[in-house]
Amino acid sequence: MTVESSTWATKKGLAQMLKGGVIMDVVTPDQAKIAEEAGAVAVMALERVPSDIRATGGVARMSDPSMIVAIMDAVSIPVMAKARIGHFVEAQILEALGVDYIDESEVLTPADEANHIDKHAFKVPFVCGSRNLGEALRRISEGAAMMRTKGEAGTGNIVEAVRHIRAVNAELRRLHGLREDELFAAAKELAAPLELVREVAREGKLPVVNFVAGGIATPADAALAMQLGAEGVFVGSGIFKSEDPARMANAIVQATTHFDNPALLAEISKGLGAAMPGISMESIPDQERLAVRGW
Amino acid sequence: MKIGVLAVQGDFLEHVRTYRAIGVEAVEVRLPEDLEGVSGLTLPGGESTTMRRLIDRWGLRQPILDLAASGAPIFGTCAGMILLAREIVGGEAPILALLDVAVRRNAFGRQLDSFEGDLTVSMLGDGPVHGVFIRAPVIERVGPGVDILGRLGDGRIVAVRERNIIATAFHPELAGETRFHRLVATMAAEHDDPAEGSGRRHHPVRRERTAR
Repeated sequence: MTVESSTWATKKGLAQMLKGGVIMDVVTPDQAKIAEEAGAVAVMALERVPSDIRATGGVARMSDPSMIVAIMDAVSIPVMAKARIGHFVEAQILEALGVDYIDESEVLTPADEANHIDKHAFKVPFVCGSRNLGEALRRISEGAAMMRTKGEAGTGNIVEAVRHIRAVNAELRRLHGLREDELFAAAKELAAPLELVREVAREGKLPVVNFVAGGIATPADAALAMQLGAEGVFVGSGIFKSEDPARMANAIVQATTHFDNPALLAEISKGLGAAMPGISMESIPDQERLAVRGW
Repeated sequence: MKIGVLAVQGDFLEHVRTYRAIGVEAVEVRLPEDLEGVSGLTLPGGESTTMRRLIDRWGLRQPILDLAASGAPIFGTCAGMILLAREIVGGEAPILALLDVAVRRNAFGRQLDSFEGDLTVSMLGDGPVHGVFIRAPVIERVGPGVDILGRLGDGRIVAVRERNIIATAFHPELAGETRFHRLVATMAAEHDDPAEGSGRRHHPVRRERTAR
């Protein structure tokens, strides 16, 4: 039997296995265990959750490898880690550590203001953020095997995530309805490769799994994302900045499964303690918005 | 006749689409009442630790055990195989314990060790089965009632059947492979009506007894 490892099918396939699940930000092995016990499908290992990155300011970089490895050793579920946009050496280091997925993330300070990482050059799969269909297709053409809408990380405010998943899905519906001879102009408008535009127009969906991220703080937020067409959710600060992280984590897992059952969502949402404190978009100066990073 | 697909988490839609592609009705199962009227159940790929939580929380364990005890076919892929195993190597408690095997999670390593390749499953006929293995488990021990359906080149066991329970370490639903789903549908039809399909049924060849 001839065997080939790290193929497109296995890269994209791991994201397919995560569908209907919750990926949680964790900063210690203990938090990773709480997340796994609560039913997370994967954890994102990082030094500071986005709300702390936002509060601290300065340059946010890849996490200390020893901390990432300690989290990989603590849990049996997949472990993801973040590299800066365009910082392919951070990605090389994360691949050498053996992480299961790399998030080329706008939550960290970008390292390149023109180019993203050439993700085809790696054996490890990548997830990237997007605010609209064109951005998603550019990341996929660079080799991203999974997408997530960006939202505005570290705010506990779902409004940007809603804007982005609605934008991506509305553009997908529009593209699906176009004539073949209209796809050239559509590709130009989207600033995306024509072949990929053709494929997406034909199928009416992205060729990779698409999660929602950025601002999810309650079970209802997760269910809203799912009803709007998310295939799963990332929760960053929303778990470990809440009053009772284990309970909130489990409730968000349950809500992601039963996203279209209001009676169960009511049950799931009871008595969880305080969600993370939120931030309104108006109070964030433009230069401190994370979602606009990436091109 | 309809087949349930456990839809608490994982690639359940890929299984639903595979059944629909062969003309079989498939329904998503999130709660015990969703199992009413199904003639078989598929447990998809995903994270077994997550599915365990959701099965326990919503009382799905006993209804699934009852369905299996009635003789309806239960088919698990990857995480689904872990849900079915009587023993999980390393000390985790079993989940459904319907299949007399010991399974090792993430047996090949991490995601970088995920792979795909062809293998032979003789009960499905001559054509190779294309196996996509994603952080896949393997079976390290099988009980006396378990038929080994497929092995890797190095001999590791990746597909088994014990009466009405079938499990694979890989994902037929990601590879356009419909023969396992056809087999499950045939078994489900026979379960509904034992006269149906008699003489046409796929009987696994009992092989490799000595390997145990």
